[in-house]
Order: sequence, then structure tokens, then C-alpha cells
Amino acid sequence: MSLKHDIEFTLNGVKRRVSVDVTMNALAMLREVIGLTGTKYGCGEGECGACTIQVDGVSLNSCLMFAVDCDGRNVTTIEGLANDSKADALRESFVEHGAVQCGFCTPGMIMQADHMLHKHAHPDEACVKRGLEGNLCRCTGYKKIVDAVVACGAAEVTP
Amino acid sequence: MNVAEKKARVIEPDSLIGKRIPKMDAPEKASGRTRYIHDINLSGQLYGKILRSARIHALIKSIDVSAARALPGVHVVITAADIPDQRPIGVAKDHFPLKVGRVRSQRDEIAAVAAESEEIAEAALKLIKVEYEDLPVISNPEDAIKPGAALIHPEPHGADGSHLHLKQGMSIAHKGKPDNIAMRFDYVHGDVVQGEAESDVVVEDTFKLHYVTHCCMGVSGMIAEFDASGNVLMYSNTQVPFLHKREFAEYLNIDPARIRIIQPPIGGGFGSKLDIYPFEVICLYLARAAKRPVKMLFTREEEFLASPTRQPVLLTLRSGCKKDGTLTFRQVHTLHDNGAYTSWGATTPFVMMQTFSSLYRVPHCDYHTAAVYTNNPYAGSFRGYGNLQATFAIEQHMDMLAEKIGMDPLEFRLKNAQDAGEVTGQGMSFKSCGFKDCITTAAKRSDYARKARENAANRDKPGNIKRGIGMASMLHVGGGAKIYPSDGCGTILKMDDFANVTLITGASEIGQGSETVLSQLVCEELGLPISAVTVVNNDTAITPWDVGVHASRTTFIAGNSAIGAAKKAKSKILAVAAKKYGTAEDELDLRGGFVIQAASGEVVVELSKLLRNLHFQDKAELVMTTFYYEPPSVHQDKGFKGDVSAAYAWGSQVVEVEVDTDTGIVRMTKVTGAHDVGRVLNRLGIEGQIEGGVVMGQGYALTEDLLIQNGVMKNPNFRDYKLVTAPEIPEMDIAFIESMDGEGPQGAKGVGEAPSICIAAATANAIANATGVRMFELPFTPEKVYRALHGQTPKLYWKPWKAE
Ligand code: FES
Ligand code: FES
Repeated sequence: MSLKHDIEFTLNGVKRRVSVDVTMNALAMLREVIGLTGTKYGCGEGECGACTIQVDGVSLNSCLMFAVDCDGRNVTTIEGLANDSKADALRESFVEHGAVQCGFCTPGMIMQADHMLHKHAHPDEACVKRGLEGNLCRCTGYKKIVDAVVACGAAEVTP
Repeated sequence: MNVAEKKARVIEPDSLIGKRIPKMDAPEKASGRTRYIHDINLSGQLYGKILRSARIHALIKSIDVSAARALPGVHVVITAADIPDQRPIGVAKDHFPLKVGRVRSQRDEIAAVAAESEEIAEAALKLIKVEYEDLPVISNPEDAIKPGAALIHPEPHGADGSHLHLKQGMSIAHKGKPDNIAMRFDYVHGDVVQGEAESDVVVEDTFKLHYVTHCCMGVSGMIAEFDASGNVLMYSNTQVPFLHKREFAEYLNIDPARIRIIQPPIGGGFGSKLDIYPFEVICLYLARAAKRPVKMLFTREEEFLASPTRQPVLLTLRSGCKKDGTLTFRQVHTLHDNGAYTSWGATTPFVMMQTFSSLYRVPHCDYHTAAVYTNNPYAGSFRGYGNLQATFAIEQHMDMLAEKIGMDPLEFRLKNAQDAGEVTGQGMSFKSCGFKDCITTAAKRSDYARKARENAANRDKPGNIKRGIGMASMLHVGGGAKIYPSDGCGTILKMDDFANVTLITGASEIGQGSETVLSQLVCEELGLPISAVTVVNNDTAITPWDVGVHASRTTFIAGNSAIGAAKKAKSKILAVAAKKYGTAEDELDLRGGFVIQAASGEVVVELSKLLRNLHFQDKAELVMTTFYYEPPSVHQDKGFKGDVSAAYAWGSQVVEVEVDTDTGIVRMTKVTGAHDVGRVLNRLGIEGQIEGGVVMGQGYALTEDLLIQNGVMKNPNFRDYKLVTAPEIPEMDIAFIESMDGEGPQGAKGVGEAPSICIAAATANAIANATGVRMFELPFTPEKVYRALHGQTPKLYWKPWKAE
């Protein structure tokens, strides 16, 4: 029915070659073609951040990116942070600070926060709040998420 | 370690209660590994999609599905005509999952498809042709009760135009309704006429509450599968698995024993999964017809259109007091917009009337609600269950009455606040009550009195930013709510030979952290670390019966049930140990994974070793216990009187705002809360519940507004429906009042719904403090506030309506 296109890219450190529908977005490719379900669908319109991934080191909404545009790029999803010690500390901080309730927003929050901590190693509260503005959470009221990210950045100052 | 050393070892007392215990499932969730319903796929699965009405109110003249059926990859297409045995669903049994002959709202389900892929299912929907004949749309509840108003559920006629075909006792879906009134609630204690006669001051105002919706981050979905013998397996995010099993069985006309519900982790609940919705039954129909598993997931737009809302309410309140500050009466009339069908939203007056009758001591109270049918979205249950609306009116009147008699609003509240030991006009009996502590603590921590004085004095000074501070308080059930004949929960607890516990509880987890709190309570009894517990809480084939997650009941009810099972396990273990070591049971205790001497803390034996000995012996035994907890509350009588909950939760919240008088923008700067939670069990968890609830309340007060015009939803997306984002949250200072409830698990009471209840009311009071202008209509958007500040808002008045 629809047109397919072959692309090759690096996903979580591993080279992949997949054939995707040209109209498909990166979120659907990750979840349905590749089978990595940590990246979530919350709105499909770039409004909630549940689908946040990193492409060439920049965080973006995978629901707004065509799958074919992953060609030749370096894509990281929440699953790709499994062996990353910096991300370990961030995950741990989310757990310890009670930043996870239903958890549906959490992978997107962590992808965004991880990106933020790479750009600003020690963000203050206002910076974290601004950085997470595009990620919606209905459960926590954000406070514990912000605390978790600030604490993770601060922990690196005092080894 | 040699034996002598081990014997000498002493285990110090330790407790998990009140500690900050991370949520047990958080590591999985934070690594993206948790499989929500969206992430589960069964082999052979088809994808279901629903065709919804293109009209708001219309007769369905014809449906042509032939082109859809012919599309390659389509397995099943169904309409009402294909399911002749459809049973009506909903709280009032007033609609069919697939609509028959008539659509009454934008969301109405007309046909459904199961296909090889979502894309094919969507393409098939586009091929379905429906002919409609439009009917007049009623989108304003005030119009719905006018004499001669068009009926939303008219009585159907037989082929000869008669009503004779209608049998007695049939549901509204079958026999219709002669008016648009879905439900009425009338409650009285005392005599408001006498109350008014005793009053020195009387105020009367109309308040208008708007549409908002849950916005769970995970959209709704379900997977249904029938096995070869006709047994049904459902993956569902219901909050009420056991009661719903029975209902689903009725809709499928099968034995409830054939239904098994597995509840995968949920992407948010907040009351939205308390009812059965058409899509769930339709998904079952599709799976039954296709003989394949069918998965159905909403899009975000569909989630807005077709999941429940909080009920919009028009409310006129008349309140009075004496010059000395004694409240005399309250008279309340409300008009609830029920939407096209009846879900739990219609029954929120149960909770609203409690707040009117019993938050403060009111000798005379008169409460009336009519929930009326319109062609709008239908309202369900939503965290707080009517209490946000009731509190919005009451707490503004508390400030207004205090002002009229020239009394300090804190003193006025304290004078009328409930105390422990009181039984209210509605029959609620307050055993533990920290209400006055809540008021004084919230006021003190926020420096309420000084700030309120200064803000009022600064009102007329130059500058466009005005600061305001406002208070509101709440009462909510905190020990379950006996709305069914039982309000119980079962627990099965088993211990393995490594002293690990499997806690099998009827209580569903919907993200609120129940699994962690229940584990803590069990560990407290058995002297084990939290890591020793595995919780099983999501499979009706395994878990014991429970009424469901609602009414802030889980910690209290399931907690007491878990404690009951753990206590039984403990006494069995101690009996075995006492016998084996020749001592008395009451001289032993469990601590840190050991059986110890209660007095000295000296180790007697490692618990796992004792359990292994028990298993591996001639007359082997297991430590496996069950417990069913039923709270000592009562089912209310026909007049809504009775002690419906085993405990009641209290709270006061102080909101601080900055109002920009040039733009009407209200910024919420700080929320100070004091909550009587009985006792803090998990500090991290309870803070999270409160903070999340505060921000949900902030959205209700300031940003969220589901716009319905002529029955059409105008903003079914996150761009135009504004949830609060991280930079907008207020500073939060939360205090806990520990009133140690005698019946509560370790003294605790429920708190899940409490934190969102007061925010809108306190914000209204804060805006009044900042500007001198009262806001009677939510939400406080810049436009509304600007207009009110510039005298452009006509006085809202709804004349209480009486049925003929
Ligand atoms: S799903 Fe991509 S932003 Fe919401
Ligand atoms: S934890 Fe539920 S949406 Fe954020």
C-alpha cells in the first residue's frame, strides 16, 4: 500500500538497518518496527514530551520526526541509557526522590534531563524547570522530578 | 560466625513507618522497561477502532459498512445491528455500547472495526457511510429543564406508535425517560427556615464550575481475548476489577467465572477508570466475533473526546451566621450537567452534601441536586468527586460571612470547625479529627494573618502586581466509603523458606504507591526489610476480592487487610518458635529477619531458618494466611444519613497569588498545606500525592478548561487544553497532622483525593484578598480575571429550580 524506504542508523550504539514506511514517525518505528517500547506515545503532536529521544546528542520529540530522517544519525532511547553511568545516577535520583508515580512520563523526563545535564552540568531549580517545560506529568506536580534532576547535577560537584 | 557469637547478637528496634521509602516499581519505570497496556502485544492480535458520531444529536437513518468489510485486512465490522443482544451500560443503564437508532453526543459509538493493523482499521472507518437526521442540540443544562425542552432519551414507540411494548423495570436505554432529569439528590437536616430566622447575616451567591478532564498521560486501552472454551482474558486498566467482572459477564451474557482481568501498570487513573465505557465492551464484541485477540488504544484526541470529565456544576448557595460567628444554616441547589449519559459524575452529590452538612458545624442544612441530560460529554468520577465544587462555594462564603460580621476569617473558621467526638447532622462520627490543627498550622506556617492584612492594605497602592493570600479547608472520607453493602478488601500472604513474603492483595495499584505502603505495613509486623516483599495485585484469577480503588480507600482498607494477614502469619511463626525453643510466644518478637527475645532484642533464630525447618519436617507446614477486612462503617439510609466512612480526613491549604491587574494573569506563588492524614506511613509517597494533587488543583483553578460549544469539544489536545507545566508550579510547604486514627492502619487515613480539593477555593479567596474582587466562575483565566477586575462581569445568578 504505502511506500517503504530503507534506512541505516545507529540506535543505542548498535548499527541498524530497517525498512520503514515513508509516512511513519520515529516513535512508531521505535515502538512497532524495532520493538523498543520505553519511548511513550502521549499525544503524537509534540505537546507532552513522553516520546523524547536524543538524536546526535540533541533531545527531541520522536513523534514529530519522520522515521526516514533517522537515516545516518545517532539515535539514543531510554533503553540506550541502560549502560551509561551518568544516566544510572539520574535514574537512581528519580527513584530516591520519589519522582516516579505512574511512571508514564518518566522515560521522556529522563531523556530530557539527561540531555540537559550534558549541556548544563549543575543546573539550578529555575533552569531545570525551564528545561522540562515541554514534558507533561499528571501525577507528581513536577516538584520531585525537578528535585531529582537538581540533586543529580549537584552530586557531581561534590564527588 | 560461630554459634556463641550469633546467640549474643542483639537486633535494635527499627521501623519503616514514616520513612521515605522509594516506590518499589520505580526502577523499572525509570528505565523504560515497565510494560503498560500500550506495550503489550499478543500473537495473532488484531487492532480495533471505533467510528464515532459526526453529529451531536441525530437519528441514525442508515449505516452502510459494505465497503469497509470488503477492505483487505479487515476481519470484523460491527454495528448495533450485528449485536442484537446488546445490554445497556453505565451507572443508570442508559446507553448501549454501540448506539441504536440515535446519537446523543460527539463521542457516540456507531460502528467498530477489527483489522490486521491500525492503519487498515482506520482506513476501514473512513469507508463506513452513515446517514443522519439532525435533531435539536441541547448543550446548556438550564435549557434541558425548561418546559417543553427536547428530550435526550425520549420514550421509544412501538411499531404502532404505542408504549405498550415497554415492560416494567426496563432500563432507560430501552424505555427512555419522560424528562431530562438523570438523577436527583435531596438531603435535609434541621430546618433552614428556622436557621435563616436565627441569622444576623445571610449571603447568597451562584458559582459556576467548568469542564475539566483527567488527562492521564497513558491513553485508554484494552486487549481482549476469548480462548477456545469461550473464557475471556482482558488486559484492562480498570480500577474496579472485581465488580467489573460481573458487569462484563452480563454484557457478554456469560458466567462471571469465565472472565479474568489482568491489570497492567497504568499510565494514570485519578478516577477515570471507575466506570465501564463503551470502548471496553466493543473491544470484547470484536474479539468475540474475530476469534482473535483485539487490542484497542485511543489517540490523544479520542482520549479527550471519549473519556470522562469532571462534572460542570451550577450552584447557588445561601448561608447564614450570627453576629458572634456561629453558623446558622446552609441551603444549596445545584444543577449538574450530566452529559448525554450517566456515569459516576451524576453521583458526586453524595460527597458534595457531606461537605455542606459536615465540614463545619451547621445546625440546619438543605441540599438539592438535579443532574440533567444534555448533548455534552458525560461526566465520570474524578479525584475529589464533587468536593472541589462544593468547597469552592463554601470556603468563599466563609470569608464573605466573616467579612460581613467583621470577624477574623481564621477565628470564624475555628469557631465553627469540627472536633473529635462530634456526630454531624448527616450522621458522620468524627473519631480522629485534626481539623483545627490543620487550620492553625497552615495559617501559622504561611504567616496568613499578617500577609492578609498587608495585602488588603496594599490593594489601592500604585503598581499592577497585587499580592493575595487565601485559605480553604476540606473534609473527605479517609477510611473508605460504604457505597456498596461491603467496602472490604482481601489479602493472601505467603512466606517462602527464605523468609520472603508474597503479598497478594485485592487492591489495584494505579500509580499512587499502594504496593509500597502495603509492603511497609507487612514488614512492620514481620520485622522484614521492604526488599523481602513481592506484591501481586493485578490478576483476578489470583488476587482476592476488593471493592476497587476509589474514595481514597486503599491505604486504609487494603492496609488493614494486609496487616491482618501479617499478624496471623506472625502469630503462627511465634507459636512455632516458642514451641521449638521452649519459651512463651509473648516473650518473642520478629525483627530484622530474626526471631528475637522481645525484651532484650537477642536473636533466637534466623527467620528463614525457622521457616525452612517448618517446611522440611515430617509434618511439614507452610506459613500462608488470608484476611478479609471490612471497615466498621455503615451504608447510608435513603436520606443519605449514616457514618459512611470508618475515618475522615481533614486539611487546610493556603494559596498565595500575584495578580497582574493590567493583564489579568494570576500567578500561584506558594501553597502551604496542613493535612490530617492520621499518620504518615511513607513520607516520600504522601508528599508525592499531595504535590501532585496541589498542581492538579492549580490546573483546575487557573489553566484547564475543556471548551464545549453546542456539544462540540473545541480543544481536544494539549496545545489548547493547558495543563500546568514545570515552570508554573508554586513553592509548596506541606505539613502533616498526625491524629493517629484508632481504626486506621498504624493510625493512618486516606489522602489520595484530599490535596486538590481546596486549591480553587483558596485561590478565589487569595484573588479577593489581592484585589477586593470576588470570582464566582472557574477557571481564573487572564480574560475572566481582567473582565472581573474591570467591572465587566455581570453578577452570576442561577435561580434554584424546582421540579414541577
Ligand atoms: S507523544 Fe510526542 S510529544 Fe507527545
Ligand atoms: S508519573 Fe504519571 S505522568 Fe508523570
